[in-house]
Amino acid sequence: MVATVAYDAVEAGTELPAQSFPVTRETLVRYAGASGDFNPIHWNERFAREVGLPDVIAHGMFTMAEAIRVVTDWVGDPGAVVDYGVRFTKPVVVPDDGVGAVIEVSGKVAQKLDDEARTVRVDLTATSGGQKVLGMSRAVVRLA
Amino acid sequence: MPLDQSFVGRSYPPTAPYEVGREKIREFAEAVGDANPAYTDPEAAKALGHPDVIAPPTFVFAIAFRAAGQVIEDPQLGLDYSRVVHGDQKFAYSRPVRAGDRLSVTSTIESIKSMAGNDIMDVRGEVRDEAGEHVVTTIIKLVARAAEED
Repeated sequence: MVATVAYDAVEAGTELPAQSFPVTRETLVRYAGASGDFNPIHWNERFAREVGLPDVIAHGMFTMAEAIRVVTDWVGDPGAVVDYGVRFTKPVVVPDDGVGAVIEVSGKVAQKLDDEARTVRVDLTATSGGQKVLGMSRAVVRLA
Repeated sequence: MPLDQSFVGRSYPPTAPYEVGREKIREFAEAVGDANPAYTDPEAAKALGHPDVIAPPTFVFAIAFRAAGQVIEDPQLGLDYSRVVHGDQKFAYSRPVRAGDRLSVTSTIESIKSMAGNDIMDVRGEVRDEAGEHVVTTIIKLVARAAEED
């Protein structure tokens, strides 16, 4: 595996380039098809409101897929991700207003774990509309 | 009624192999808007040391979740799926999933907890390739919200 970020070049506190990911209803329909998750809360506004949601919400797994891009774009090789976990704390609400929502993701190296395996723990923060949408969002990644 | 603790440790039979295709990986990468060439260009993937294109880290969830259906729909366990939300998700990789993999998942009930009337269940999925080698372990935490009082 060839990661482009050297273990020796990072330390606890090193920030990863932050990214913004726009989400529209079209995004959710495409993700539903690609992932096979056709739960109507992700595309049917009437159904979403019937079950008590404010509007259609993004798939939690879509948000999880976007958040790790801050790590995989940083290291270059997505195969360098050894471990990845999140908690789904708040839904990403996606209105049908021609704009949709934006998921903002930032990350920083929380800890250097193993000098021999060259692994670090990256803590990610994901927000949408000013609210934290993921908690305990952490990845372990092997660096060069 | 809370879920029966005696189900902790119960494993379900391995699933029939899911064959990972290059075009399915491409479709998934496009759906999340990720242009990393390791997902679509075999030469780019090889340059990184992978034998074929690899899948984005969360791609395997769909396979593991389908396998967890055995647990969710186990009539003996009696989970009320209409009250279930996805609480946490974890992946621990031995290697990335790649095109050509034939993946089989063994699901196990890792834990059952009851908190404030909610049932919280962790389902572990051991994902192995055709040679039986470990690829990734998935942990799906499902939270079944308490039933409303009548």
